[in-house]
Amino acid sequence: MTVDLSQFYQVFFDESLEGLDAMEAELLRYSEGTQDDESINTIFRAAHSIKGGSGTFGFDSIAGFTHVLETLLDQIRDGQRDITSQHIDLFLQSIDCLREMINALSSGDDSVPESTAQLKAAFEAILNDEVADEGEQSALEAEQITTDSATQAAAIASEAHENTSGWKVTFIPSEDILMTGNEPLYLIQELTELGDHEVELVTEKIPSWSELKPEFCYLRWIVKLYCDCTEQQINEVFEWVADESEIKIEELAATESTKVAAVPALNQQDTASSEAAANEVKSSAPAVTKNADTKAATAKPATKAKQADANSIRVGIDKVDSLINMVGELVITQAMLSQLFEGEMTAQSLTRMKEGLAQLEHNTRDLQESVMRIRMLPISFVFSRFPRLVRDTGQKLGKKIELILQGESTELDKTVMEKISDPLVHLVRNAMDHGLESPEQRLAAGKPEIGKLTLNAYHQGGNVVIEIIDDGKGLDPIKIKNKAISNGLIGENDELSEEQINLLIFEAGFSTAEAVSDLSGRGVGMDVVKSNIQALNGSVDVESVVGKGATFRIRLPLTLAILDGQLIRIGQHVYIIPLVNIIESLQINQNDVSRIGGEYDVLHLRGEYVPIICLADVFLHKSDAQTLTDGLLVVVEVDGGKVGIFVDDLLAQQQVVIKSLEANYNKVEGISGATILGDGTVSLIIDIVSLVRMAGVKNISSHNLVATETHAQGGTA
Amino acid sequence: MTEEITDVEKINQKLGLLDGVENANVEQFLSFFLDDEEYAVDILRVQEIRCWEGATVIPNSPISVKGVMNLRGTIVPVMDLRLRLGLAEQAYNSLTVVIVLKFITQDGIEKISGVVVDAVADVHSISPEDIQQAPELSSNVNANFVKGLGSSKSGALILLDPDTLLAI
Amino acid sequence: MKKILAVDDSASMRQMVSFTLQRAGYKVTEAKDGVEALGIARSETFDLVLSDVNMPNMDGISLIRELRTLPEYKFVPLLMLTTESGLEKKTEGKQAGATGWIVKPFNPDQLIATLGKVLR
Repeated sequence: MTVDLSQFYQVFFDESLEGLDAMEAELLRYSEGTQDDESINTIFRAAHSIKGGSGTFGFDSIAGFTHVLETLLDQIRDGQRDITSQHIDLFLQSIDCLREMINALSSGDDSVPESTAQLKAAFEAILNDEVADEGEQSALEAEQITTDSATQAAAIASEAHENTSGWKVTFIPSEDILMTGNEPLYLIQELTELGDHEVELVTEKIPSWSELKPEFCYLRWIVKLYCDCTEQQINEVFEWVADESEIKIEELAATESTKVAAVPALNQQDTASSEAAANEVKSSAPAVTKNADTKAATAKPATKAKQADANSIRVGIDKVDSLINMVGELVITQAMLSQLFEGEMTAQSLTRMKEGLAQLEHNTRDLQESVMRIRMLPISFVFSRFPRLVRDTGQKLGKKIELILQGESTELDKTVMEKISDPLVHLVRNAMDHGLESPEQRLAAGKPEIGKLTLNAYHQGGNVVIEIIDDGKGLDPIKIKNKAISNGLIGENDELSEEQINLLIFEAGFSTAEAVSDLSGRGVGMDVVKSNIQALNGSVDVESVVGKGATFRIRLPLTLAILDGQLIRIGQHVYIIPLVNIIESLQINQNDVSRIGGEYDVLHLRGEYVPIICLADVFLHKSDAQTLTDGLLVVVEVDGGKVGIFVDDLLAQQQVVIKSLEANYNKVEGISGATILGDGTVSLIIDIVSLVRMAGVKNISSHNLVATETHAQGGTA
Repeated sequence: MTEEITDVEKINQKLGLLDGVENANVEQFLSFFLDDEEYAVDILRVQEIRCWEGATVIPNSPISVKGVMNLRGTIVPVMDLRLRLGLAEQAYNSLTVVIVLKFITQDGIEKISGVVVDAVADVHSISPEDIQQAPELSSNVNANFVKGLGSSKSGALILLDPDTLLAI
Repeated sequence: MKKILAVDDSASMRQMVSFTLQRAGYKVTEAKDGVEALGIARSETFDLVLSDVNMPNMDGISLIRELRTLPEYKFVPLLMLTTESGLEKKTEGKQAGATGWIVKPFNPDQLIATLGKVLR
């Protein structure tokens, strides 16, 4: 049977990379001292699986390399050895090495990194030096690995040079052989397939009926093989039962071989079948070499698989099943609807059509949600790379850093996830490089020696928020300001708040590092981070307290494809406000409105002052409403505060597919994208954050807060 | 105005026939009228011609940008070419059409945009040597937009460059 | 059609084994660890169980021990997939009630040939 093993390569690569990630995570727990009993098992199992798979699929370089790793891990697991930091370092380096090898293989390149040999030697040194006996054994095993498959092949293709005329095999099964799942009859059959034979059944040990236990085996066999098979081949037949059963293998005297001629005459049919069997055995020998050929031939398809992988996603079968179910329902609904038109249209069929359409809407929405869910992955996919990064970077910088990961199960669209990875790495490096201080500096500042770096993710409205929080020295506004002045970003006399100054670090070409460091100074600035995030319809800002630390906050849309929208109208213009942003919609009572600083109106709403943004004014449209009481106020949440958007009217709510305005036009302030409505016209989707910025409303949350305080004071007075 | 082709479908058919026919020495141009003058663009830049069906206004956009339209699921901006060229505004009528043009941005990205013109005129074949450098134009058309001058039976043909014309 | 339960925590091995066996005309059910396998084995019977040894949640040897205690699996061949370094495991497995073992790495032909020892 030919099985093209290359079809399993990609799965093997994927799971091996996953296994390496798991190994790495557990190893890092060791260096943190947070490992548990399962840690070593998890590490061992991952290495073990990679070795097993690579051996099976013919990636010998990986199998050989993983073998030494596994041997050491096995000893650690069995308690023969304690894990040391040297081991952990070696293991981590090996993981890098294996990743490299696997990635190379998946693009059809079976080259081996130079470090492999060194690492292997280092492992072997450990295995040999410290526990000499074990070392020897492992060397022995290593040898076995390379020869094992070879001997098996050799056994099958054996040319049996031994000059025997045959074998006499006596097989006395243990009485309980059946209860091990072995079937003596099959073993005898297998034995007889080796060549011409004569079988004798010995029944004398069968006890009397009363003593007979039906589950026991009392039979014995004596098989004479007249063929040039080897003793090893015979032993292989009985490999599984050799310990419990009695097997005697004797060489037949040369004279007995004369019987060969007689045997076929006795039972021709039998010989025919055994000849066929012999042919089978022979033909399996070329199969072994053929396997090696196919390996070479399949190198190319593997490359193709790699390319496909770049855009593939692993989806749980349950998710796929639920999709199939939903499509089934959709088909049923469709059939039901088309049936309605076969007969005459009556009032009744109209009702049924209405029902059908409602059903269709339901089906479509379910399907859409399920499809979207396929694209959602937990953010731990990105977070998981940081423990290693922080550990290595910390070592390089001579800083002690504790990494805390929060909200790892927060789900995010796969595309968004892939694109946010690099900006996150940059921000984390930046925090370690510029934010967190050296242990001496920290102690001098009266802080704990170990710096804290937190990655936090959570859902807020229709967004995912990712925070990078450090308890380092914070941004230095004076330094930033001076730098910005010298770079010509701002004038010397510009009056800027500390917040505005901090945001300057996101301006093009800005870098606060006094000397370009090895880490953050890679020619990529914060401006690139910002533009990458903006390209995802996201935003980034920074909060910093000098001496206390800084928080970088990234806000990203959950998905780039679809949103639930509230259609609103101003004059003849229809816009969409994302439903997730909307808290409530209400009619304004003029008595609750007051004007602040002559700039904009605020609505006094249940103890809060909510700034009113008149959409018609911001977008320069002609509105139907003459006064605030004519229209409606849509209260939305933004940056942790509330603002009201004043519109003429609310229309339908519907799910819309987000289309890019930028594909053929430009980014438009106050607009996040466009969609096509049921009637084919285009409607624009309002970007609340940008709209608020356009309207000139600042510090909404503090504004709401101040308002609350004023109100509270008013209440007590 | 001389021979006007008003049937959008006919022109589109003509475009289809021309597709792929490339005479090495001759460039083809689609001409159209704006304020009684005949303008033209390289026909290879023309994706299709549509009737004016309205557009959704983009807030705070330049006055020449009429808005965005739905072109089979793609959002495409539409520009009033009269306003873009600084000509007098004119109410749209049954002859008004939208020419969908391909253009390349400064960043090298290919985009499409619709331009509203008074009416489509004809397709002209012009040899490159017959294209003259645009002199100081008498009209107030922005010189950046003009690629050169050609001639048709009816007179001068102002050849426009979509890449500069549509870059906003 | 003979039914085989294939147990392995590695998806690639599971797919390879499963594909190979199906090509050879067996009906294959997959499980990713001992716990899952035991659950499946209790709800339907199989003609053979083929299990990896090193697995999370419940390893292959524990699985075989558990299966052997079930009356339906008293005589059913239970095979382990082991690596060459697991000589002790073979003994341990036999004590738990394993019928035999297949040594990794193996190729599809070896797999089918080995199954022939206990399934015909």
